[in-house]
Amino acid sequence: MAINATLSQFSDYAFATAIAIYVFAFVLYLADVAFNRQRARARERELVTAGGGEDRGGTELPGSGIVDSTVDVDVPAPKGDDRPLSARFGRMGVALTVLGLLVQAASIVLRGLAVERWPLGNMYEYIAFITAVGIGAFLVLAKRFPIHRIGAWVLLPVIVLMWLGATVLYANAAPVMPALQSYWLVIHVTIISASTGLLLVPGVASLMYLLRSINESNPRKLARFVQRLPAKDALDRVAYRTTIFAFPLYTVGVICGAIWAERAWGSFWSWDPKETVALVAWVVYAIYLHARSTAGWRGNPAAAINSIGFVVTVFNLFFINLVTTGMHSYAGVS
Amino acid sequence: MTTGTVSETGSPQRNRRPNRVLSFLRNTWRGLTSMRTALILLFLLALATMPGALLPQHSLNEGKTQTYISEHGWWGRLLDATGFLNVYSSVWFAAIYLLLMISLVGCLLPRSVEHARQLREQPVLVPRNFDRLPHKASATVTASPDEVLASARPLLRGWRIAERSEDSGVRTISAEKGFLREVGNLMFHFALLGLIISVALGSMFSYKGQVAVIADGSQFCNSGPLAYDAFTPGPRVDGTNLAPFCVKVNDFTARYLANRQPTQYESNVEYQSGKDLQTGQWRPYHLEVNDPLRVAGDRVYLLDHGYAPTVTVTYPNGEKRTQTQVFRPTEVSTYFSEGAVKFTETPGITDPVEQRKKQLAVTGLFAPTAAMQGKLLAGSTNPELRDPVFAADVYQGDLGVDSGKGQSIYEIDHQMIAQDRLHRVDRVNLKPGQQTKLADGTAVRFDGVKKFASLEIAHDPTQVWVLVFAIALLLGLFGSLVIKRRRVWLRAKPAADGSTLITVGALARTDQAGYGEEFTKLSRALLTATRGKDD
Repeated sequence: MAINATLSQFSDYAFATAIAIYVFAFVLYLADVAFNRQRARARERELVTAGGGEDRGGTELPGSGIVDSTVDVDVPAPKGDDRPLSARFGRMGVALTVLGLLVQAASIVLRGLAVERWPLGNMYEYIAFITAVGIGAFLVLAKRFPIHRIGAWVLLPVIVLMWLGATVLYANAAPVMPALQSYWLVIHVTIISASTGLLLVPGVASLMYLLRSINESNPRKLARFVQRLPAKDALDRVAYRTTIFAFPLYTVGVICGAIWAERAWGSFWSWDPKETVALVAWVVYAIYLHARSTAGWRGNPAAAINSIGFVVTVFNLFFINLVTTGMHSYAGVS
Repeated sequence: MTTGTVSETGSPQRNRRPNRVLSFLRNTWRGLTSMRTALILLFLLALATMPGALLPQHSLNEGKTQTYISEHGWWGRLLDATGFLNVYSSVWFAAIYLLLMISLVGCLLPRSVEHARQLREQPVLVPRNFDRLPHKASATVTASPDEVLASARPLLRGWRIAERSEDSGVRTISAEKGFLREVGNLMFHFALLGLIISVALGSMFSYKGQVAVIADGSQFCNSGPLAYDAFTPGPRVDGTNLAPFCVKVNDFTARYLANRQPTQYESNVEYQSGKDLQTGQWRPYHLEVNDPLRVAGDRVYLLDHGYAPTVTVTYPNGEKRTQTQVFRPTEVSTYFSEGAVKFTETPGITDPVEQRKKQLAVTGLFAPTAAMQGKLLAGSTNPELRDPVFAADVYQGDLGVDSGKGQSIYEIDHQMIAQDRLHRVDRVNLKPGQQTKLADGTAVRFDGVKKFASLEIAHDPTQVWVLVFAIALLLGLFGSLVIKRRRVWLRAKPAADGSTLITVGALARTDQAGYGEEFTKLSRALLTATRGKDD
């Protein structure tokens, strides 16, 4: 198995380019939020002189001086040159994210071609794939739900993860060890990484939901941060609908892992640290799904549980591979 | 109030006690099977599972666990005593999942009964008022209520429907769909129960063991625990009834990259089981990592490999003894190994006391590709056999193998040296073919080295059931998340002018997500169906 060094080099360049593009997109999303704040303030003055925010059903939060932003998200955006600067920033952010994703996808494909195997054999490659899926999921969801303003907060963990992948966890293009040479690598690792990537969006959405709740119970808290976030209802729906898609996929991934373990390690379940934490994450997401359909557990508790699930998943991705030693510790880190 | 007091005093004390007990039991049962309790138990399960990933576990790595205990003093001993170093067999872990299973059963049984009842029942009555329904629409048509219903019927194919008449000529349809959601939901949970029970039973009756077999046609037969180097039986396995089969390892090949990373292990083996054991028929199998041999209900895995040096001792009387002994790799990436070849019977000596003065052991380090520091073998630079060197210490005397105490095959008993009954008589680096002469005329020759294959043999009678339940669990999960339980109601109310007012209302019973679009489509079809006919 020869490694094509040129292709591998191009793959690395594409990866670095994708990070740079995401950073630009991140800045643009932030600009969207920041400029909008000025606009909101200007409009607020208008509304006050006009006698209140009733014209759009907007509620003025007592004592905060902020017009509830859940309303103006749904206002149809003006077209063309009339569109305010901030909205154009937001759209540029989305466009750049799409571009970044294309470049990142190219990086993954080149890596696969360079090593002549499925490009999911070490931590660096997992991270590349997981973040790509996360970004892809966000873009698809942002088309259907009014959530593009959490773009910055989806991109932030992605950028951090990719940066770690490119520096600390980078592994040279190489074939994988005998235990990984199986078509189950393609099936199990792809499904698990894809569902992990998908769960990034509900995790971020749930965290934003909680921040909004904090702001609701005390409007002084996080006021500036929260005001341009999507409505709680949209965040909750995005979190739930993505989770009910990702959870069965994750279950399939774990079951495929068990089938592979039976072939490769002699037992379908060996309480390996990675397996154990995967089970914990599975249980946490199961709790989320139950909580969301149980009276008294909807809303904040459910969002908190989904956020915990996300934290456990990230913990499993990093800690287990870097700190403990188990049978999953072949991910190219030593 | 008065009647209450009367009845209280009127009922004898002894009748009330069972009631109290009953109500206590009932409340406990209700509490245990409530969703709140189930959620808390699930949380506890997630929490209790974590230490198993963070702390060393007896079941996974005994050596590491012992080190952890001794390094952490009272804290380590406390963790050990409270089961944190053996989480998955601890009492508290078992308590959590048993409670969870009880809670699950207590929740599932009533729900199954309830669902079976609902399957036989007619869809519920049309609500008087549609105003509070999340989805509603209406239209006025010229057709009569009966015609409205007739044209609505084909649109509701696949729904369970009930048609009813109300006062003053009003006709209604109640329609319901998505009963498979609850079926999927119940299937998921029952499959989960089945899976847990299968795993529990499996762990009782399973066994696994490791054995190193020299890859020169040597055999392993699954005759009992003694055939293994290490054997881990489940609680209900006593080792007398292992599945009978034999494996013969003919060769072993490992391939490496330049950076010493292995790329492939493979071994040509032959096996026999069942009738073949009598007839002596061997069947070939190409054993690889990720491709176990499945024989007689057991699985044989190729785990790893290593080197086994061959040593020939020529005694002063000219007699020769040759032995090949498996060495233990101490460095996984280079297969720098250690071990001991022991010669316990010296030919020509019959007196057991004299015998014990002349036993020989050739111990030391083996490097497949030697890295020398002067005369010292410092390590190995490559896992492949490029420049093999055996740094041998030759001991003569009493090896202590007759003492009745078990001895490691990789080491000599160092107490024997301390007791001055075993002496080092030579220290020499040998390449294949080289030999060294001892003072008494004995020659020790390093003939060469063979490879051995590390095999793992595993047996788990219920793993097929675990897979079946896992697949059932998945199907149930898909059903319960994809299918939506929803209701649609239609009311056709005749007006005085001969026209009919149709109102359509709907409710998704479990989760509203995505139902709006379906309703919009369906209601439009229902409302326009009759109008289309009239044109």
